[in-house]
This record gives sequence, structure tokens and C-alpha cells, in this order.
Amino acid sequence: MLRGNNIKKVNSLLVRSFHSTVGNRSGGPSTPINYPSLEIENAGEKQKMNLFQAINNGMDIAMQKDSKAVVFGEDVGFGGVFRCTVGLRDKYGASRVFNTPLCEQGIAGFAIGLAAQGATPIAEIQFADYIFPAFDQIVNEAAKYRYRSGGQFDCGSLTIRSPYGAVGHGGHYHSQSPESYFGHTPGLKVVIPSTPIEAKGLLLASIREKDPVIFFEPKLMYRSAVEEVPIGDYEIPLGKARIVKEGKDITIIGWGAQMRVLLQAVNMAEEKLGISCELIDLRTIQPWDVETVVESVKKTGRVVISHEAPKTGGWAAEISATIQERCFLHLEAPIQRVCGYDTPFPLIFEKFYVPDHLKNFESIKKTMVY
Amino acid sequence: MISQSYRILSRISRNNELKKTFLTNLNCKSSSPSIIRSFCKKQNLDENFEYTNKLEVQELKHYIPCYTIMDQEGVVSKPDQDPNFSKEEVIKMYTTMLTLNVMDSILYDVQRQGRISFYMTSFGEEAIHIGSAAALEMSDTIFAQYRETGVFMWRGFTINDIINQCCTNEHDLGKGRQMPMHFGSRKINLQTISSPLTTQLPQAVGSSYAQKLAGEKNCTIVYFGEGAASEGDFHAAMNFAAALSTPTIFFCRNNKWAISTPSKEQYKGDGIAGRGPNGYGMKTIRVDGNDIWAVYNVTKLARKIAVEEQVPVLIEAMTYRVGHHSTSDDSSRYRTVEEINAWKEGKNPISRLRNYMNHKGWWSDAQEKETIANARTTVRESLVNAEKQYKPSINEIFTDVYDKPTPNLIEQQKELIEHLKLYPDEYPLNQFADSKLILKD
Ligand SMILES: Cc1ncc(C[n+]2csc(CCOP(=O)(O)OP(=O)(O)O)c2C)c(N)n1
Ligand SMILES: [Mg+2]
Repeated sequence: MLRGNNIKKVNSLLVRSFHSTVGNRSGGPSTPINYPSLEIENAGEKQKMNLFQAINNGMDIAMQKDSKAVVFGEDVGFGGVFRCTVGLRDKYGASRVFNTPLCEQGIAGFAIGLAAQGATPIAEIQFADYIFPAFDQIVNEAAKYRYRSGGQFDCGSLTIRSPYGAVGHGGHYHSQSPESYFGHTPGLKVVIPSTPIEAKGLLLASIREKDPVIFFEPKLMYRSAVEEVPIGDYEIPLGKARIVKEGKDITIIGWGAQMRVLLQAVNMAEEKLGISCELIDLRTIQPWDVETVVESVKKTGRVVISHEAPKTGGWAAEISATIQERCFLHLEAPIQRVCGYDTPFPLIFEKFYVPDHLKNFESIKKTMVY
Repeated sequence: MISQSYRILSRISRNNELKKTFLTNLNCKSSSPSIIRSFCKKQNLDENFEYTNKLEVQELKHYIPCYTIMDQEGVVSKPDQDPNFSKEEVIKMYTTMLTLNVMDSILYDVQRQGRISFYMTSFGEEAIHIGSAAALEMSDTIFAQYRETGVFMWRGFTINDIINQCCTNEHDLGKGRQMPMHFGSRKINLQTISSPLTTQLPQAVGSSYAQKLAGEKNCTIVYFGEGAASEGDFHAAMNFAAALSTPTIFFCRNNKWAISTPSKEQYKGDGIAGRGPNGYGMKTIRVDGNDIWAVYNVTKLARKIAVEEQVPVLIEAMTYRVGHHSTSDDSSRYRTVEEINAWKEGKNPISRLRNYMNHKGWWSDAQEKETIANARTTVRESLVNAEKQYKPSINEIFTDVYDKPTPNLIEQQKELIEHLKLYPDEYPLNQFADSKLILKD
């Protein structure tokens, strides 16, 4: 079957990965929490994979089915600093899987050109913190490519993958969550998966999406999140949130690595306070699933939104404004945002800085008693 | 008369068109070079190339040579090129290299044990650090990448300074906010290191322009890797420095690898140095980075040019990254032990200097042993001490974002403290300075 044997090889290569000491964040569950796996219909055979293996598997399928798909970026040739591209160069050759010179603006511009000429670029930016040299190419070029040509040209086959978020020891430049910079740009789609199964399905959908997609991967979970992932081809549609857990008292919204933190807070709220929480994983930041969120809030009347990025101007602000517009009369309490503080990401203070389960639990409590 | 002007013109320009225009347009009574030059400028004809009717594709023909004066045996091929430091000075240089090497070994292992969160060694690049640093003045400003620890040590950044930063304790000048290796210090005139590559290059050009404006007799030196030289900021910086004529030393450490990417996949052409003279009109020197005296001479000359002529200089030091990229990397995945050993053993910069000292009778095995033992003790003691120190106060999360904290920051700080009062046992408060005090009021 589909690269059944390769997965084992991937495991044995797993000596260590970038900044890889196990993330040890406050609020990190002492025993792994049981995060519910998404059921994929008619999934067929499954295999245990962690997040980076699921992403690797997704790219493998994309390359196998689309001979114009190419994978490139800094250090991707030997498998990438997070091992996401391991084995792909051997399988598809150095002209389709290759290192680029060390230049993010180059990677993004080059990717746009490939897409405009009909190829399927899957570009890697080594860390989301290093995507900013490519900001101009992404925001001014990729995002406006179709619009400015009157629909004659587009770079819709473009996908840019990049690891984002806190890892326990990343400091300013190996921890950031820049999703709202990109969410603020019409023409881009922004996706953040939170489990291996969803990462693979969302990545395949992103690669085949007819718009440029920025795909941020929670690097904290590359190895720690493990699921039985279907080995075949499947897609999870963009723009659709997932209700991870249904509930009736309060709506909790997050994405990416924050989902596990939120599930922990939700469990705590249920156990300690008997509160029934509805937990929503947005999955696509732009265009985000307003309908699912609004429906949930109309039912619960209370909302907590949480992300690692700084509070001011973060994506929670956007969601909050929309909820206020659409659900004003249903709201029983002010919408709460539990986010990173409005400071750079500070290395040694990470445990204090991140919106951990306790801060979220307190916020849920506060919203309930309002 | 005309022929005299023509001769001068020939010296100024090899452009035949220009010469023709000159001869037909100017009554050539006055033939001083300055008048001819200003004529050329006016006509916008100051092109330096020749027009030719030969259709020829230009390819790289001449590679910039690599300046080296001391071989691996420690023999200086041209005695007049030996900077002739005194015994004491050479011993200080050598012990700094050795100490850096010992510290790197210990801190690398210490990171593997989980006692510090990250580390980057300088193995193989010690001569670059000490040779270049010794040629600078303390009043020169440094912008660095991350693999230049020896430069900072030479300028008086102590092992305690380094280890406090790596342990992110309250004595870290950066207040524990950045990953290890991101040093910065006013005392040694080192602007704080930032992870995003190559951003420091245009900044260094601005810094040197400020020095020029202030009429200082100083320069700014900026260190970077050959990988970093692929970023757009490299071009911006080189072009700015050349166009604005700034006293900047661009110091490229070409160690053949950028994480797993070998330099042959990083660029084509004549390396980084090749971009200097033709690409940017910049004075350029390529040097053997494992030869401390060559590095010293080159940096000294570059500094003289930068300061006296107020123009930038590019140096490309050829070397090899003997260690892994960082503690997060395993270089056995992408290069061979043979390759590493060829450099580690065959071109070791530390043993090269030791050989030099041996010829002079300045160094013994006993001194070597003692120096290593002392360095080990200093590093270990520093580490044990640094680990005992408090982490910086949690109030420092919110300071320095702005000159003065903004209302949102003040509010968020209060929120955090209220939260910590609810859950004092869930956070490692006892490791952080002043926590009791902060939570009290
Ligand atoms: C803008 C940016 N992109 C990517 C990285 C990740 N990164 C850190 S070091 C490095 C390699 C740098 O190689 P080089 O400049 O040759 O320096 P060396 O490590 O060899 O000393 C990379 C890709 C980064 N820090 N910043
Ligand atoms: Mg390098």
C-alpha cells in the first residue's frame, strides 16, 4: 500500500529534531489528554503517525498524484529541520524536492512563479518567525495575483507550509504565531491543523485549493501528537470548523496547538464546575467558518476565544467582532479573549506568557458567573 | 595638445566612444584631468567599460585568491607578514581560543543533559574570532550573527556573561528573553544578536554611516555566514555601503555549510568575495580563516581602509563548521566524518597557532594541560553558580516593549499577577526573582 514501509524508516531516522527538547509548558497536561480523533469516512487502512509523518505522507500523496508538484525550501533536501520532507527526495528526485538558497523572499517569489506557470509548488519556510522577509511576495504578490490581472493569471496552486507557535524554549524567533497578519490579507487562505489526521487532510486540500494557502503547522506537536491516520488520499474542506466536543453552556474557540490546552480547560470546567462546553477548532483562519461559530454562540450565549499570538489585533478580535455583530441579543456575557500578552515572545517567561489551561479555565468561570 | 588630453582621458577611461566624443566636442586647450572628468560627467559618458564589436559571452575566469601566510606547521612563509605579537599577546590569543573550545565542548554536553536550552559551538572557527577581534578597536561597533563567541570573549565578555545568558538567569543582560547565544553588551560595543538572519547587515551600514556623520575614527564590523549572504538584506547592505560610502567591514565566515545546505548549493560563482569588486565596486579580500595571522592582517588592513578612506570592505574568510549547526542538529545526516576530520585534523586553527608557538619555544604540554584544566574549572564553576541564580523577575515580561509600558501592558501585567495569586503552586515562581514580593502587594 501507500508507502507502508517508508513510515518505519522515518521513525528510525528520528534521532532528534530542531529545538526538540519536549515542550514543557505550564498547563501542559501531566498525563496526555485524550484528544478525540476525527473520523474520516471510508478511510480504509490506517497507520500510526505523528504530525510530521502525517504531513510527510500528505506531501507524498500530492507528489505521487500530481507530477507537477514540487517541494522546496531551506534544508528540505535531507528531510527538513523538522523531518517533514524525509524520504521525498529519494522518492521523487532532486529536481522535484530540493534545497533553495537561504532566502525567504526568494522562496515565496519563486513559488509564485512556479504556480503562475502551472506547477504545484509546496514551499517550506523553516519557521513562521522567518516568513517576514517573504511578506511582500506573499501579501502584495501572491494575494493579489488573480485580482490584479482581471482573473487572467493566478498562483492558486501555491501552498506555503511553515511551523509556528510555542515549543517551550523558542524565545522571540522560534515561537511566534503570525496567522493574523496573513488573515488580514484578502486573497490568501490561512490554515492551521491541530491533529495528524486533520493536518494530512487539510494539507491535501490546501495543495489542491485554487487559491494560495499559508499552512501553519503547530511545531510543538510534530512528534507529540500521534493518531491512527488513514494512509490513503483524503481531503478535509477548507473554511469549515470542527466541533471537537459538543456542549450547551459556553463556546470555546481555538486552533492549532491551543486545542489541547483548551480541551484540558474544558475538562476542568466540566469536572470542577459542571459546565458543559462546546469546543470549536477553527482549522481555517481565513476564510473562517462564521456559520458554525454563530450557531454555537446562539445556543450557548457565552464565548471564550484563545490563541497564543498577542491579544491586540489577534484573530480573536476579528472573531469577537463578528460574533458581536451577529449574536448581540444572544450574548449572556462579554466575549473573552485569552491570548499571549502584547509583548514579544519571552523565552524564560513562556510558562507565564502562554494562555494556558488555567487562564482559560478562569476565563470560562468568569464568563459563566457574569 | 589633443594627444596629451587623449592620454589623460585614456587613463581615466577606456571607453573609446567617450574619447571620440571628447575629441569632437571639446576644444582641447584645457586638458587637466579634473576638467576632462567633469566633461565626462556632464555628458553622462563616465562609463568605464569599453565598447567592442566582438560578441562574447563573459564567464567567470579569475577567482579571487585566498590570502594565507602561516601553514599548518605554524611556519610563516613570509616573515615580514608575521604581525610579530609578543609572547604574552600570542599566549593570550591562544588561551582564548583554547578556552572557547573547552567551553564549547562543555556547554554542548550540558545542553544535551537538558541543563541549558540550546547551544551553538564555534569549533573550527576560533582563528577567525580571535584574529579579527584583535585587529579592531573597542570603539568599533560589532554586529554579529551567532557563531562569533570568541570575538566577544576577546573584547571582555566573560565566561560568566556567556553562561548567565545561556542559563537565562537574572544576570543575563538580555533579561532572559532570548535563546542562548543571543548576546549583546554595551560594555563591549556589541549590538544584541537577533535570530532572523542577515537583518544585521543593513543595520551595520546605518551604524557606520552614523559613525561617519559623527566624524568618528571608527568603523562597524558585521559578521555573517555564507548562507546568510543569500538573503535579500545582503544585497541591500552591500549596495548601500558602496553607494553611500560607509566605513563598514563585511566579515563573511564561509564555513561551507548552512545547517544541511552545502555552499555549492547555496551559490554559484566565486563565493561571497566574488560579489564584491565587480558586483558592488567594493574592496574585497579573501582570507584563510584558519590562519590567525592572515585573518589578523586582513582585518587590520580592512579597518585601516574603512576608517581612513571611509569606504566599505568585504572580507570572506574560508573555513569549516566542524561542529553540528547547533544542539538541535545532527550533521551526520548530511555529511561524512571523513570530511569533518579533514578539516578538524588537517586544518585545525588552534593547533596551527600552537605549532607556531612551539617553534618559538613559547608553549609546553604542561601549559596546554594547565590551560585546559583551568578553562574546565572556570566553565564548570561558572555553570554551577549560574544555575543557582534566580531567573529574572516576571515583571520583566512587560518592560522594554516600549520606553514606558502602555496601558494595555500595565493591565495585562496586573491580570497575570492576579492569576498567579490564584495558582501560586502551578507556576515555577520560586525560580524567579522577587516573586514573593510581586505576589504580595
Ligand atoms: C531569516 C532566517 N531564515 C532562516 C533561519 C534559520 N537558520 C538559522 S541558522 C541558518 C543557517 C545559516 O548558515 P550560515 O549563514 O552559513 O551560518 P553558519 O551557521 O554556517 O555559521 C538557518 C537557515 C533564520 N535564523 N533566519
Ligand atoms: Mg555557514
